[in-house]
Amino acid sequence: MNRINKLFQEKEKNILSVYFTAGYPKLDDTVPVIQELVKNGVDLIEIGMPFSDPVADGPVIQGSSLVALQNGMSVHTLFEQLKEIRQSVDIPLILMGYINPVIQYGVEAFCQKCNEIGIDGLIIPDLPLSVYEEEYKSIFEANYLHNIFLITPQTSDERLRRIDEASSGFIYMVSSNSTTGAKEGVTDLQNAYFERISKFGLKNPRLIGFGISNAETFRNACHYSHGAIIGSAFVKALDTDFPLNEKVSQFVKKIATAM
Amino acid sequence: MDYQVNKKGYYGEFGGAYIPEMMVPNIEELESRYMEIMHSHDFKQEFVSLLKNYVGRPSPLYFAKRLSEKYQSNIFLKREDLNHTGSHKINNTIGQILVAKKLGKTRIIAETGAGQHGLATATVCALMGLKCIVYMGAVDVERQAPNVKKMRMLGAEVIPAVSGNQTLKDATNEAMRDWINNPVDTFYIIGSVVGPHPYPDMVARFQSVISEEMRWQLEEQVGRENPDRIIACVGGGSNAAGAFYHYLDQENVELIGVEAAGKGVDTNETAATITLGTPGVLHSSRSILMQTGDGQITEPYSISAGLDYPGIGPLHAHLFKTGRAKYLWATDAEVLDSALELTQLEGIIPALESAHALAVLPKIKLRPEEITVINLSGRGDKDMETYLKHFGY
Repeated sequence: MNRINKLFQEKEKNILSVYFTAGYPKLDDTVPVIQELVKNGVDLIEIGMPFSDPVADGPVIQGSSLVALQNGMSVHTLFEQLKEIRQSVDIPLILMGYINPVIQYGVEAFCQKCNEIGIDGLIIPDLPLSVYEEEYKSIFEANYLHNIFLITPQTSDERLRRIDEASSGFIYMVSSNSTTGAKEGVTDLQNAYFERISKFGLKNPRLIGFGISNAETFRNACHYSHGAIIGSAFVKALDTDFPLNEKVSQFVKKIATAM
Repeated sequence: MDYQVNKKGYYGEFGGAYIPEMMVPNIEELESRYMEIMHSHDFKQEFVSLLKNYVGRPSPLYFAKRLSEKYQSNIFLKREDLNHTGSHKINNTIGQILVAKKLGKTRIIAETGAGQHGLATATVCALMGLKCIVYMGAVDVERQAPNVKKMRMLGAEVIPAVSGNQTLKDATNEAMRDWINNPVDTFYIIGSVVGPHPYPDMVARFQSVISEEMRWQLEEQVGRENPDRIIACVGGGSNAAGAFYHYLDQENVELIGVEAAGKGVDTNETAATITLGTPGVLHSSRSILMQTGDGQITEPYSISAGLDYPGIGPLHAHLFKTGRAKYLWATDAEVLDSALELTQLEGIIPALESAHALAVLPKIKLRPEEITVINLSGRGDKDMETYLKHFGY
């Protein structure tokens, strides 16, 4: 069974998913960051593939992407770094990035490589549902990859149903109308949206992301979903002078106080 | 061969709407309504009236006698430089602001390179009383200072984009991020035939007034609608799209787009996308772009801020792929020479962008009986500092 489905089957609440940018802060930090996150009990990891023009990202992930690219990160290098990751890591791993580097690598070759390494799913924000269904779905499925779709407060009921139908794994609920890391705290408006979605009766489990930065926002998000995703706040925490293991454990421990 | 966008938003293999979910409601709304709005009686009436009485259309088609003598052929200039705000950009911003109003939007955002689109957007926002935010690369804010001042005087907020090379690509990224953060009240007026469907088609339609006028103006002046060739500069490609539009199916009219080669197509400082690029996705559409083998977008360079862009509209990628249009390039040095030549032969100071179209005249074979139309997309006021620096007046 795909590790994502297994996770949601075994754990219904308080799933903690963490995003970081591959090759950040140092080129060779990718695998150590994953291992430290696993050691600290994170449930799922989203490995960001840096892109030169990340339009859905706020300043923090733009910055980490730029540093990673300057460090020499590329899709080829990432696959090279991850090739033995399944010898030490059992939790679900997802690659997240923009469509152009995937197209240049070759969508089929990319998916095959993911399968070979043991990647469980992909999040590609600028791969629209219709293009996925028409061109890529069969390739993803042949390689046991879940495509994780986003929904937002603006997503219509009709589209919610379509996305739910096309999804496997889980649905990524964007908490507000924003780029990553842009908005602080949770508003009543967001809670109304969380409420609407929890009552909608989606067949797929949901994780809430964007703007989840600390124990408080994590706890609130978990109240309305199966768990939450932390990205920018973690990337920011990596940008300090402490040893990597301390940076990661301190960050995860703080979030864990919410559980 | 079909050169129009298909139902799914593609020109051949190029185009589409590679947008994050956050942009879907706005793009779907626009996609489902733009044709109906553009074809409505109210819209047409207001659009045509503003183009005539506010912009000053039709723009003249001018027979450039001394330039023609020099190149021993017949060269006409389509004078988009004489439009209000100094370029073709206003044709599109008038159209889009009327669409934005029909959609009930109250806040307008735009990206700009040379500042011509930003200026044209700030102008129509003042005209309609709508809030205007213009994103402009920090480098361009410096090199196109007069336009920045004009935009601010018109009441627009100009926000410098400080990521990347701090030029047009980065301004476009920032505008898209703004729209993601403000999806309800905001309309994004894109300045070129780029971005997700339906923008390339909508912008091309608004700019098509250029070739629509060329047809009857040529008929009036030389007794035939079709010239032998049309030349236009290409960054994203909106003025070229407008100048080519009504001639796309007239296969005997040669269409030439001219890209900015910067310091040369064999250097790293260039913006000649079609010459050097490969297929990929940037700013939500599949087209040809300058990129590394890993799919990272290459930072472009050109002396002209308006052409300093690593992509090209999907229509142009399709015209290139099918061979319907030819794409040449001109270097900074060639462009400066051509700008000076036009200034001193015809008394017209062109924008640096438009001077790219002029710069290929020595490179192509012009027969004495042929008619060539050059789309003079903008005037050179904004570039005076660059010109003065190079020519030392």
